[in-house]
Amino acid sequence: MKPPKFAYEKPRTLEAAIRLLADGGDGAKLLAGGQSLGPILNFRLAQPELLVDVRTLPELSVARDEGDSVFLGATTTHSAIEDGRVPDPTRGLLPAVARTIAYRAVRNRGTLGGSLAHADPAADWVNVMALLDAEIVAQGPRGERRVRASEFVRGPLTTALAVDEIVLGVRIRKLSARARWGHYKFNRKPGEFAEAIGGFVHDPERGVARALVGAIGDAPHVVADASGLDEPRMRAAVSSAGFGPDTYEHQIHFVALKRAVARAAAA
Amino acid sequence: MTQSAGKGVGARLRRKEDERFLRGRGEYVGNLRMVGMLDVAFVRSSVAHARICAVRKPAGHEAAVFTIDDLAGVRPIVANSALKGFKSAPQHVLAKDKVRQVGEAIVMCVAPTRAEAEDIAAQVELDLEELPAVVDMVAAIKPGAPRVHDEWLDNVVLETLVDDNLSGIRARAAIKVQRRIRTARQCMSPIEGRGVVAHYDRRLNQLTVHSAAQMPHINRAGLSECLGIDQGRIRVVAPDVGGGFGYKGILLPEEVCLGWLTMKVGRPVRWLEDRFEQLTANANCREHYYDITGYADADGRLLAIDCEAIVDSGAYSSYPFSACLEAAQVGSILPGPYRMDGYRCRTWSAATNKAPILPYRGVARTGVCFALELVLDAIAREARKEPYEVRLASLVPPEAMPFVNITKKYFDSGDYPEALRRAVKALDLPKWRARQRRGEPDGRRVGVGLAIFCEQAAHGTSVYHGWGIPMVPGHEQCTARLSPDGVLELRIGAHSHGQGLETTLAQVAHEILGVDPDNVRLVHGDTALTPYSTGTWGSRCMVMSGGAVATACKEIEKRVRAIAGKLMEVAGDDLVLEAGRVRVGGTDRSMSLAEVAHVWYRAPQLLPADVDPAGLEATAGYKTKQDTGTFSYACHACAVAVDTELGTVEILDYVVVEDGGTLVNPMIVDGQVFGGAAQGIGTALYEEMPFDAQGQPLASTLADYMLPGATEVPAIRIEHMETPSPLSYFGQKGIGEGGAIAPPAAIANAVNDALADLGVEVLESPITPRRLLAAVAAARAGRGAA
Repeated sequence: MKPPKFAYEKPRTLEAAIRLLADGGDGAKLLAGGQSLGPILNFRLAQPELLVDVRTLPELSVARDEGDSVFLGATTTHSAIEDGRVPDPTRGLLPAVARTIAYRAVRNRGTLGGSLAHADPAADWVNVMALLDAEIVAQGPRGERRVRASEFVRGPLTTALAVDEIVLGVRIRKLSARARWGHYKFNRKPGEFAEAIGGFVHDPERGVARALVGAIGDAPHVVADASGLDEPRMRAAVSSAGFGPDTYEHQIHFVALKRAVARAAAA
Repeated sequence: MTQSAGKGVGARLRRKEDERFLRGRGEYVGNLRMVGMLDVAFVRSSVAHARICAVRKPAGHEAAVFTIDDLAGVRPIVANSALKGFKSAPQHVLAKDKVRQVGEAIVMCVAPTRAEAEDIAAQVELDLEELPAVVDMVAAIKPGAPRVHDEWLDNVVLETLVDDNLSGIRARAAIKVQRRIRTARQCMSPIEGRGVVAHYDRRLNQLTVHSAAQMPHINRAGLSECLGIDQGRIRVVAPDVGGGFGYKGILLPEEVCLGWLTMKVGRPVRWLEDRFEQLTANANCREHYYDITGYADADGRLLAIDCEAIVDSGAYSSYPFSACLEAAQVGSILPGPYRMDGYRCRTWSAATNKAPILPYRGVARTGVCFALELVLDAIAREARKEPYEVRLASLVPPEAMPFVNITKKYFDSGDYPEALRRAVKALDLPKWRARQRRGEPDGRRVGVGLAIFCEQAAHGTSVYHGWGIPMVPGHEQCTARLSPDGVLELRIGAHSHGQGLETTLAQVAHEILGVDPDNVRLVHGDTALTPYSTGTWGSRCMVMSGGAVATACKEIEKRVRAIAGKLMEVAGDDLVLEAGRVRVGGTDRSMSLAEVAHVWYRAPQLLPADVDPAGLEATAGYKTKQDTGTFSYACHACAVAVDTELGTVEILDYVVVEDGGTLVNPMIVDGQVFGGAAQGIGTALYEEMPFDAQGQPLASTLADYMLPGATEVPAIRIEHMETPSPLSYFGQKGIGEGGAIAPPAAIANAVNDALADLGVEVLESPITPRRLLAAVAAARAGRGAA
């Protein structure tokens, strides 16, 4: 499979990129790491007229500590997070997750913002950012906009982004010293997309207790008040995520969540 | 024989071919560049079964778009068997009237690049009237099923029956276990897909087809039959090939199409299969169904096997192995390495709307071993014995060798019980039983499993002529030529694509002639440069090509002795060939092979008057002493941990005890076993092409079609036994496929061992989390009901 012809632009400024997107309308598509878009182009599932390459835009590659939060630019690669080359507000959660994304070659190219904008329901950042209640920062012709991660992904391959908006980056609140987290990814082989993701974060100082039923074929299901989460409530959460009892999906999502909670307790 | 100096038969020589492979310098079909070359894209069927009502070529592109109606004079691919009752299914190289599987090529589009060819292909309009698809092999052979071929009365390609009267055994057997066992359809997945570059050489008046092929001479014969031009006008070149496994042991419709096309358009043309085509059009192997009953005495000794088996043969008959070889083979090899008093087996090759079946590494043996070894474990549980104990009671013992088994297979040599004992010892069974009793801290369940098989390899004329398929192996030939500078050139008609023949055949030449393996060049995979061969299949090359190389080198040796003896004024018999030189025995007088060659080519005035005028080039043929095949065998034993909450299986230890007879290069044998076992682990736990009820294959990328990788394959431990075959030149046995045969059985037995006290028994491969959890749930429900 080879893609049909398309035009390619590599703008030097964010403004130019947004202008190209706005002018291109539905026919224009952003290219960052290309790890999802490449295969989609080859399969001709997307046939854009224009690719706008934003991989080297300086505005998207920043990573800064903002005191009580960390901002990671959209083109931060998975391997940069894995290697600790950018600040980690999560006391190890982000690097641990990054390590499980695909293979190193993919992690060297694939980007945080690209993954979120692509919005594959099984993608790690789509799920983990919802768990962390992170904030997605987007920029368009009408200026900057902030969207909570749990509202950013609307469904499979669907986001809150307008066609002329670009993800600038992600703002993540820092976990406090007493915070505990657990993450469990169930996949058939290391590096494959998840069949189920369970997540749990408990930060008593910030009054946060959140649980994740992820990789559900849709926007992730988050339990925002997950303090005192026991097995019946976990099963209820999995059912709320769309998997009735006595199904394979219910079982694997329940176990993933249960193990994430157990890992948080053991941390 | 000469002194080996560590480079001959038995040496762990590093592979010569790795110099280019490991540096990324292999030359594959995809590396070929020809001036003016055009690319081809095929329009393939998106449905499994349909009548083709109309094909509309896109306006303006008519000259670049071809249907079967354009391919005037091209004949369909026909791979018939002479077995009684076989139904023929000729395959048009582009679909005519009907499509019978997803991915069947309907239209060929040609353009300067593949992307442009795909642009044209996307504009071709097909009018297909969908027909009911035949998807499940068990339903396919029932009366009233829709038919794959309108002109047939049912979907049975061939039915075979081996029938013993089992009534006496049934009456006296203390143990009877019946199981229904299934193996999923897989898609062979070499790293390199298929690929063809065809061009026409006007000077030689010859069509040249470069193809990633295991059997180039067979492809030439098939191309000749389909294109209607004589074989002398066709040259097939198989350059470096990135993995075969059977996937490339076939005459391709695409080869015929491109052969026709290059003659039509007068330019070189290329088609490279991509992963989407491979997965959607060519999931082509391993799909078996067994309804199998094992009878045993109270101690678990096997008395008889009674089996009805179905193989899903797909829509057409692949050239040359045909649509019936696999199922018919089930009937002849199901008894495995065991002795038994009675045996009955009925098989069906079922036609379905799927890709035509191709023999994959191990062919029917992987499924047969799975069915039989699961039954053996079920018998062991009934008899309350360790699984190895019931096997020891039933294996053919060494003192019975050579042994003719119940289906008249001639087991040439070996000690099967010893392989089993060594595997049990190497695994350390008591250690695992103790750990099993203790339980795992993480709640997983540990189990141990084993499987043993024997494998017929390099079998020849007497076995194959009975099948009556387009190919019958006879003598294997080699042309050996000592060139003027003393380099030995070997030409064989088989092809090396991972087997390491460039190294092992050089070792054979070294063994005979003393020539340094670095000074041996293997020429293979080109019909213009090599003697005829049926090619690389059936674990035959080390036995057959190895024997041919040895025989040709013997002939060269005779001639070298005659020339050198005359030059050094001694009898030829007094000479010793070693280290690239010819030495007078007991002295230090010698001359190099290069000096001998120099005299023949450059100083013939020095030759003896009675010199063999054929010179230092010889073509010799070879057959094993008896062509019933060598029988290698192996016992695989493993320990697994099963997570009953998620349905996953981790292999904790894996041991292979293998007897490949005399090992020409033990390191290469290890590599073969590792590679085969990795594929067997794929069959056991990962690889499956699911189909929906309409015959749509559901895994169209490698994200969905799960292949094992480095993280799924444990550090396999291998022990070798070396019982020389009495039939082959050096005692070597074919072992190329063995690694892929036993893993599904050994792993499933280990899983069942781990879950036995839950009442769980897995009878289907691959053992996916979904299947395993369903089996656990079913066992729980069954207990609840009881």
